[in-house]
Amino acid sequence: MRQAITNFMQAKIFWPLVALVLLLLINFIIIPGFFHITVKNGHLFGSLIDILNRVIPLLVIAIGMTLVIAMEGIDISVGSVLAITAAAAAALIDTTSVPIAIVLALVIGLICGLWNGILVAYFEIQPMIATLILMTVGRGIAQLITGGQILTINNEAYGYVGKGFLLGLPFAIYIGAAVFVITLLLKKKTALGLFLESIGSNMASSKFAGVQPKKIILIVYMISGICAAIAGILVSSNVSSADANNAGLWIELDAILAVVIGGTSMRGGRFYLGGTVIGALFIQTLSTTIYSMGIKPEITMVIKAIVVISVCLMQSEEFRKLVKQTPLKKKVSEA
Amino acid sequence: MYAEYLLKAEKLSKTFPGVKALSNVDFGLRKGEIHSLMGENGAGKSTLIKVLTGIYEKDHGQIFLGDQLINPGSAEEAQRLGISTVYQEVNLCENLSVAENIFIGREPQRKGKIDWKEMYRKADLLLKEKLNIEIDVKQTLSSYSTAIQQMVAIARAVDISCGVLILDEPTSSLDQNEVKKLFEIMRHLKSKGMGIVFVSHFLDQVFEISDRITVLRNGHLIGEYQTSQLTRTELVSKMIGKQWGESAQAQKKQRIKIEKTGFLRTNRLEKKGSINPINLSIGKGEVLGLAGLLGSGRTEVAKLLFGIDASDDGVLVINQEQIKSMNPKLSIEKGLGFCPEDRKVEGIVGELTIRENIMLALQTKKGIFNFIPMKEQKVIAQKYIDLLSIKTPSMEQRIENLSGGNQQKVILARWLATKPQLLILDEPTRGIDVGSKLEIRNLILDLAAEGMSILFISAELEEMVACCDRVLVLRDRYQIGQLEGEQMSVSTIMEMIAEGAGES
Amino acid sequence: MKQSRIRINENNIIIVATLLLFVLLYGYGSISFTGFFSMQVFLNLFIDNAYLIIVATGMAFVIITGGIDLSVASFVAFVSMLAASLLQHGVHAYLVILMILVMGILFGAGQGYLIYRFQLHPWIVTLAGMFFARGLCYLINTESIEITDNTFIVLSDLKVYVVGENYLSLGAAISLVFVAIAMYISKYTRFGRNVYAIGGNVNSAKLMGLPVNKTTILVYTLSGFSSALGGFVFTIYMQSGYALHVMGMEMDAIAACVIGGILLTGGVGYLIGPTLGVLSMGIIQTIIMFQGTLSSWWTKIAIGFLLFLFILLQRLIVIKRGKRKVQSLSEPSILPEKAGQHATIS
Repeated sequence: MRQAITNFMQAKIFWPLVALVLLLLINFIIIPGFFHITVKNGHLFGSLIDILNRVIPLLVIAIGMTLVIAMEGIDISVGSVLAITAAAAAALIDTTSVPIAIVLALVIGLICGLWNGILVAYFEIQPMIATLILMTVGRGIAQLITGGQILTINNEAYGYVGKGFLLGLPFAIYIGAAVFVITLLLKKKTALGLFLESIGSNMASSKFAGVQPKKIILIVYMISGICAAIAGILVSSNVSSADANNAGLWIELDAILAVVIGGTSMRGGRFYLGGTVIGALFIQTLSTTIYSMGIKPEITMVIKAIVVISVCLMQSEEFRKLVKQTPLKKKVSEA
Repeated sequence: MYAEYLLKAEKLSKTFPGVKALSNVDFGLRKGEIHSLMGENGAGKSTLIKVLTGIYEKDHGQIFLGDQLINPGSAEEAQRLGISTVYQEVNLCENLSVAENIFIGREPQRKGKIDWKEMYRKADLLLKEKLNIEIDVKQTLSSYSTAIQQMVAIARAVDISCGVLILDEPTSSLDQNEVKKLFEIMRHLKSKGMGIVFVSHFLDQVFEISDRITVLRNGHLIGEYQTSQLTRTELVSKMIGKQWGESAQAQKKQRIKIEKTGFLRTNRLEKKGSINPINLSIGKGEVLGLAGLLGSGRTEVAKLLFGIDASDDGVLVINQEQIKSMNPKLSIEKGLGFCPEDRKVEGIVGELTIRENIMLALQTKKGIFNFIPMKEQKVIAQKYIDLLSIKTPSMEQRIENLSGGNQQKVILARWLATKPQLLILDEPTRGIDVGSKLEIRNLILDLAAEGMSILFISAELEEMVACCDRVLVLRDRYQIGQLEGEQMSVSTIMEMIAEGAGES
Repeated sequence: MKQSRIRINENNIIIVATLLLFVLLYGYGSISFTGFFSMQVFLNLFIDNAYLIIVATGMAFVIITGGIDLSVASFVAFVSMLAASLLQHGVHAYLVILMILVMGILFGAGQGYLIYRFQLHPWIVTLAGMFFARGLCYLINTESIEITDNTFIVLSDLKVYVVGENYLSLGAAISLVFVAIAMYISKYTRFGRNVYAIGGNVNSAKLMGLPVNKTTILVYTLSGFSSALGGFVFTIYMQSGYALHVMGMEMDAIAACVIGGILLTGGVGYLIGPTLGVLSMGIIQTIIMFQGTLSSWWTKIAIGFLLFLFILLQRLIVIKRGKRKVQSLSEPSILPEKAGQHATIS
């Protein structure tokens, strides 16, 4: 038993979980009825359900981002891809059926991911720069699709995706869970997890062992693109509209934050999908907490900034050295 | 008494956790001399240089610069004292001009702003007077070849220096003409009274240019010699010597001579800047050794065969099939395996577990979607942990927590798991404990007896003689000869390395 | 001693391309639209984009060292909000300006310190900085605050006459002075040259004894200062403080640098580049405006496309440079590869 507890405490997921629990505790103490769940019209309602529902687009994107960061990459175009796919779905809904609109939106996300992947894998452009291009152009393309307007969606079937309920819970939660489970399966049941962690941890050794990074880079960016597309569908369905300017604004930053809080290092290597989920929940809970407490929601940005720096400092060897005063084992790369 | 010495080190010692890198080493650089520092891996060459140039701090000993006792605590401080070093990788900024590279950090100024005209003039003058070369100093460094870049680095070093110049492997990426020019420059500097420390593994060059040679081995000073009074063979034997004191006989196992069918062969396989045309062949169940000094090209050959480097010319044939372009994944498919020399950088994936490290190559052979189930993984991993006696409480331990010897065994396990037909081992026993060394050597012989071909690279000649059927000798990136059977012995190999194959 | 000639080599090929782009765009605009080819239309480019010129030029120093500063836009917004708020509370205009500049220096230095001391990645530190500044902005006020201070109004309406009736705003004039100073720093100061060295090869720079730590912190301080200065210029241009000002402008600044020939991998670029980049982007916007029928979001697409093109160009140059490094063991090669250069061994 004691060993099990020690192991749990050493797991990467421990600290993010602690942070989340603390936050929930604060909510419990300060906000009456925070944990209260009621049933209306056969649907569950309450702050907790609300958090779970709102977090899904961020969660889905953060899951894709986790894989990208594991390869020491980054994808800052996800917000723009979200806007593009939302706009595309909204535009296509009226001319084609709901399933086709959704499928096409997903395909667009895939193509965006493929574009990013090719730039990074074959042109060997730095990920930050490569995804910057789509980020800049993406909003413009989304505007092109919406014709500069905010498109409204009047389709009930489509609205079910973002607003519907299944077995009492918002349908979106199931989608989020599905994405998480599928990605987890990819990690555990295929060699993708192993290869990804390998190239993120030591590219040279991986190549010597026969791993082919280019293929993996392509796959991972495509997954990120699809995740952004799923988020785009969820968002546009939820607000029944597609706003090319504001849809998914800043979501890439929140996603990176979620990944980093969840324990995956910016340097790549081991990644923690569960940690990302906790990280996303933390961010969403933070927003909801602040809103419920009546504090200006704008303070969230300042808090997020402080949290990011704190997490990075804790991951920084130089900082840990300063704190501990004893030399730690360095990553072996001495000249 | 030390007036004739520019730089003198006495009884230098430096210990790192687990290894004594320098023990009571003396070194003296005189005015107007070129002094070579020689030694194989682990000799202490680079440690000595780093202590002299302030990158490492010595544990014991004294360093004199002229009459003055010094103790440089950083590279910048050593530079300020006047000890200049030019490293193997030209440590300049390619995006800046030649003149700027020479003067950056101390640009000539006029009225508070950088005087470009003066900088160009001084750079031009410096190159002409001290190095005897004339180039356009306004051009960016990147537009010049490595050889010229190196000369620029030397120019900077000379300008900063108080008379001591250290050249660390300067000729590694130069061709014959460029080496000639470099030597002209060195002689010119020598005539002006500079003392030059020449660190190189190219025997011929050392004999051509240096006045004295200091030989280190295992952290100890073997001796300082006048070049004119030393033969090549003597030098090589002093450098290699007896490494671990075990007699060769104890290791030799009986090997049955069987009719060996060919598995792999090459015809004039080469890579420009890396290795000259190589012809070799390996039979099934044969153990072929590659012998030569550090830098002779052994690892380069291995990398060419395995596909890490792409060849520029020549032919590679495996099982009668000609391979157009090799890459690691293809190699694995064709039945090759490669344990690299630098296991920390090219071998282990530190963050992953022992099991994951073992399974990696086998998994790449199977592909992304053909995942080996966890149960099977554990069985395979355990099999090799047992076979190679890898000491670990669990296979889920991170590999970076293991000792060097055990890490090496994990890498071996990785390749054995793919059941290769040819296993390339680059210094598999370097830096590991004696017990593990013995285990690995016996393993090699067992594998060969079962029909696996092995390409074996090692600096320890006794080990090679004990394990190999044939030995190919490399020298200065050229293949110079082959020894087998009765003629294969430590002394014959050493002689071939030192003197060549007998023909020009 | 050779005469100095202007050569087109890989270092200035991009700035030549930028110049070409600028001339082409301007030419196209002049031909296609009446009234385009006027002095005031040209000067308006500076007036409308003065703040971006300043910010991009300051950012260029950071990018040349191989880093990035994502906080610039948020800081500009913060400056506008802070200024508006302080002025509303009666603080004297010149004191406000001083405070803004000091805050910029402190903000930049803080980021630089975190980046250097703890080896944190520049873009995550400046990302946090971006959140922080934008958040502070909202905290001061979520609504827009109009500036009614007299001094600021005077400064805003100030006209610097250039040729006849044609004028520049104070902000535009400041931006030109700033760019001139930046160009001087990059060419004639040791600090400037160290910036290039670090961007070229930080390990070599360390081994050559250059003050890498001080220089790194200084470039981020400089970027913070230019964000503050740019913020001031922007504030007198907009005459209001608003948390939603210049959303996404950091990407415009980066794009301006890329188009202006500053290599994102570091070590290369002329400090006049960002200005040309900003002007090119401005012309595209002006053309679209004159065109009348195309919506403004075509600007974003056009800029994105240009960005892509220039990044590709940068990449090709780096690849070409890498290929030249491979030497043959048998080639006599004491001579540098390019035609027109030679080395003689006397």
